[in-house]
Amino acid sequence: MMDAGIEDNSNHNFSGYDVRVTDAAQNGDTFVYVIKSQQIPSDTEYRVEREFEDFEWLHHCLLTQEGVTGLHGIIFPPLPAKPGTFLSNSEAKTKKKIESLAMVDDWQMYCRALEEYLHLVTAHTVLIKNPAVHSFLKHRELPIKTKVKKGIFNKLTQAVEELRKEHHKDIDDFFQNERDSNLTLTAFTKAAVEKFLEIVLTEQKIAIACGHFSTALHLGIGQDDDPADYAFAKMCLKLSEVLDTVKKNFEKVAENDLNTLGFNLELHSRFQDAEKEMLFRRTCKLVDVETANKNLGQAKPHKKAAMEDIKKAADKEFDEISGMAKVEIQRYHRERVRAFQKALIELSDSQLQTARECCVELKQQLAEFKQLCAE
Amino acid sequence: MADDSERVPPPFPESEQRETDPADGESDEDSDDFEGEDIFTGNSQPSEPKKDPLPPAAPTTSTTTTTSSNTKTNGLHSDDEEQDIFAEATVELALDSPLNNRKREPAQAKPSAPGPSLTVTGPSTLKPPPAKTFEELEEEEEKEDAFELNIAVTNPEKVGDGMNAYMAYKVSTQTNLPMFKCKTYTVKRRFSDFLGLYEKLSEKHSQNGYIVPPPPEKSILGMTKVKVGKEDSSSVEFVERRRASLERYLQRVVSHPSLLQDPDVREFLEKDELPRAVSTQALSGAGFLKMINRATDAVSKMTIKMNESDIWFEEKLLEVESEDQHLRKLLSVVETLVNHRKELSSNTAMFAKSVAMLGSSEDNTALSRALSQLAEVEDKIEQLHQDQACNDFFILAELFADYIRLLTAVRGSFDHRMKTWQRWQDAQTTLQKKRENEAKLLWANKPDKLQQAKDEISEWESKVTQYERDFERVSATVRKEFLRFEKEKAMDFKNQLVRYLETLLHSHQQLIKYWEAFLPEAKAIA
Repeated sequence: MMDAGIEDNSNHNFSGYDVRVTDAAQNGDTFVYVIKSQQIPSDTEYRVEREFEDFEWLHHCLLTQEGVTGLHGIIFPPLPAKPGTFLSNSEAKTKKKIESLAMVDDWQMYCRALEEYLHLVTAHTVLIKNPAVHSFLKHRELPIKTKVKKGIFNKLTQAVEELRKEHHKDIDDFFQNERDSNLTLTAFTKAAVEKFLEIVLTEQKIAIACGHFSTALHLGIGQDDDPADYAFAKMCLKLSEVLDTVKKNFEKVAENDLNTLGFNLELHSRFQDAEKEMLFRRTCKLVDVETANKNLGQAKPHKKAAMEDIKKAADKEFDEISGMAKVEIQRYHRERVRAFQKALIELSDSQLQTARECCVELKQQLAEFKQLCAE
Repeated sequence: MADDSERVPPPFPESEQRETDPADGESDEDSDDFEGEDIFTGNSQPSEPKKDPLPPAAPTTSTTTTTSSNTKTNGLHSDDEEQDIFAEATVELALDSPLNNRKREPAQAKPSAPGPSLTVTGPSTLKPPPAKTFEELEEEEEKEDAFELNIAVTNPEKVGDGMNAYMAYKVSTQTNLPMFKCKTYTVKRRFSDFLGLYEKLSEKHSQNGYIVPPPPEKSILGMTKVKVGKEDSSSVEFVERRRASLERYLQRVVSHPSLLQDPDVREFLEKDELPRAVSTQALSGAGFLKMINRATDAVSKMTIKMNESDIWFEEKLLEVESEDQHLRKLLSVVETLVNHRKELSSNTAMFAKSVAMLGSSEDNTALSRALSQLAEVEDKIEQLHQDQACNDFFILAELFADYIRLLTAVRGSFDHRMKTWQRWQDAQTTLQKKRENEAKLLWANKPDKLQQAKDEISEWESKVTQYERDFERVSATVRKEFLRFEKEKAMDFKNQLVRYLETLLHSHQQLIKYWEAFLPEAKAIA
């Protein structure tokens, strides 16, 4: 029922651009990201420096682009959450709960998230046409940023209206189903992300504990002439080596988790939200249409023509949105499955590799330990 | 003369006792067994020193000369040769240092002539006497290699109800040692029985410098939970932890050659019903008395400033202190590790559940299936983490905890040595006072009191010598015990660490299997 993989890959990879977020440097209170991009046919590489504010500006421009049919039906690629200060690894370990990728690891993870955002934007056939994108990637300075006014997409407004409109019954089964499954998927994905990131945190804690254990073993070694003590000291040192292996292993395991499934789950948790927002916009439009119809029906004769116009406009918009939405939804699910597959393969691949490496080392160390004791 | 007969019989009658005491009808090879019995039956005699190779009246010349040479040494092997009972003790320790002591063993086992020359002159050079041929020695070695005593503590069962309930453990012994009447025994014991055994052993042997393995600790909280009938994982873990440590405790006791000879140990393993060890109850009168004794001990320990003639003891005591600190640090890091692993295990379980939910609400069938497979993999991984946490705990943490307790016993043996030193010093002081008193009386010319003073002086002179011998004997034992302890410790650690590494390896090998099985599932999503 789903399309073959080949088409997906080409769709996904097709982006006019090769974008990389290569670096992050602290500049006072904020971080500055270095973005290198290259338009595929040409050889020119652009390098710009952007702050998170600039990303927000870009996002706003995308949301408010004029003259795009069915703009509100687009599932906009989600922007990563605003970073706090990047916690150093050790700080992260002491936090009880991680809410977003921005808190988990250092800046590399976050850069990757930003990079993915830009990739998604440039790969979107409609969004790439927005001149803001080109400005963002190429121009040294961005145009004067108007205060990013959050219009209809203001979360606060949404929250109020949501309660009213969210459960508004849909006229189209396809969309009703989509809304329902979105609701469940969003909740489950969020739960999965949270639990997964907790796993990563605990793995990092274990790595640290192994490190402490390894160091503590060294501390007790004195210089003893006593043969029994000497044998004991050698055993401690060997055990210390083993613990270093275990520590490295856990660090790698945590890294693997984060880079593969962690990244994917987190991104798609945000994507679910983006889809939800789009569906909500459409539902709002649906409510508008139904209101317009009602008004038309109740309109006094001299207002009838005006109402008729409003109704026609609303209908048209609604159809455009629905049309775009349908395409977007199908595309979104294809992408989601593909990305999930990739993440799961990478997860099991990397964990398998790490476990194999660890086994080899442990086997050797066990043999060495046994030999040590036989002496 | 009257005084002599009160004293513990001098060495040579002992060797005759040995021969005429075929308590269990053993053969010569097992002579160490009933020799052992003598030591400990000897203990039940009045607390006068176990032997006095220097009876003040009528010593044979050879004994005097050799024993006087002994007083110079302090804890060397050759000392033990001349001190018969503890030569026998050395023989028990033959199991640890086979070659040396086996050669000595035949010397003690078959004293061909009851004259003093045998025990006194020969062994300081460790030359095996012609009593046993080489073949006989080899035979002995083989028989000793076949020495087997396996102990298992299993089947914890709750007996009774409510606050009077207790856990009964099955203690199974399997042995081919001739000193036991049967080859296997199975008895039921409760925790206080183990404590009772420790009390008895400690009373008898600690003061002689033996390191008596300490039993597991009491835990009012743990036991209350069990009594109340809470069937949760923490009380299950508590019982398992206790069972394992009781097993290790018994194994340590029986692997100590001298303690194994104690009839209390045998009774513990063999007898169906043991009298309830009441003195171990926490708040009983005996318990309270013990607390007070410990307190006074601690105080007196602080005030004994020993004039150490042998650096060895001082060095070793320092080593023990630093080792204790080291082990405590290790124990705390391991406990942290155990906790984190348990946390990881529960986090993985929760994640597995959320993945399962995700999978079941997923429309794409292939992805849905892959996600439920992932949930299964994560469940298996959770079990791995749980198991490894247990291994961390039961192998490593308990190992460290055991040795922290054992080190306390080691320190105890050093303390007892100090006490015997103190007793010797005190006797010397008293003797000095008595001498001064005699001098005063002489000067004051009171002949009636003079005789009494002279009597007191000779009494105290013999006490001084006796206590000095005690001190040397205890020092030798302490030294021996310490060396044995170090060896045992190295072996114990080696075995446990190998076991631990093997669990680590196994765990990762399992992990490889799980991911290998999952990979094709992931690839199948399309």
